Amino acid sequence: MPTIQEDHQPAGASRRAVLTGAASAALIAVSPAARATMSEMDEAIAAFTKGAPIKQGGVKVDIPILLESGNSVPAVVSVESPMTLADHVVKVALFNEKNPLPQIAIFTFGPKSGRAWVSTRIRLSDSQKVVAVAQMSDGGFRMGMIEVIVTLPACAEER
Amino acid sequence: MARALVNVPTKVKRGDVVEIKVLISHPMETGFRPDPNGKFYPRDILRSFACTYDSEHVFSAELFPAVSANPFLSFTVVANQTGVLTFSWTDDKDQTQVQTAKIEVE
Repeated sequence: MPTIQEDHQPAGASRRAVLTGAASAALIAVSPAARATMSEMDEAIAAFTKGAPIKQGGVKVDIPILLESGNSVPAVVSVESPMTLADHVVKVALFNEKNPLPQIAIFTFGPKSGRAWVSTRIRLSDSQKVVAVAQMSDGGFRMGMIEVIVTLPACAEER
Repeated sequence: MARALVNVPTKVKRGDVVEIKVLISHPMETGFRPDPNGKFYPRDILRSFACTYDSEHVFSAELFPAVSANPFLSFTVVANQTGVLTFSWTDDKDQTQVQTAKIEVE
C-alpha cells in the first residue's frame, strides 16, 4: 500500500502544478484588459450619486470575511432608516473594486418595503472591498463597506 | 423562460414586515468567462427584477454580471392588505418572466 501512495504523490503534485499554472494563466489572460480599477469603482459611485457628497456610516454590508469561493457569495445590505413616507431609503447600490465591472446591483426601495434590507448572492473575482451606497429620500447619500478575502475567485475556473 | 421559486408567508398580521425570498434558475453568463478556444461566452444575464404588491411598486433591482448564477433575492414588504404579489424578471433579450403569489392578511 505505501508503494502505491508513493507512486501517486508525484503525479498529484504535477497535476496540481498544471492546474495552478492553468488557473494563473487564465487570470493573466483576463485581468489586464477586463478588470475594474479602484478609480473605476469611484467613477461608478460618482455616476450613481451624480457627484453628491457621501456620508460614512448607517449602511451595513454583511459578507463572510473569508470566502472559499467567489462564485456565490452571500451578501446582506441593511441601511438604518425608519422607512416612513418622509424618511426612507430610495436606492442602494453595491459596488466592488476588482471585478471586470464595478457595479454589482442597484436595489430600489420604497416606504412599503418596511425595511431597507436586501439579501442576495454575488460573484467576486478577487479579495477586495465591497461598497454599498444608499440614496435617502432627502437626497443624501450614505455608504458602508467591507473588505473580504477570496481564496478561489469567480471567473478563474471554467465550468 | 426558467423555473422560479417564490417564498411568501401565506398568512400574516396586518402591518407586519414580511420577508420574501425569490430564486430563479438562470446561468447569468457574465461575458467575461473564456471558452476553451480563448473567446468569451456571450453575455446572457437577467437585467432587472421587480416586485409589485397589488400593482404598487415595493422593490426592484437592477442586476449586473456580478450577481451569481440562479439569482437569489430576499427583501421585505409591509403587509397592509390581502393581495397579490407579482414578481417579474427581465433578461438581456427583453424576455420577461412573471410569477405571482397571494398574501393573506388577518
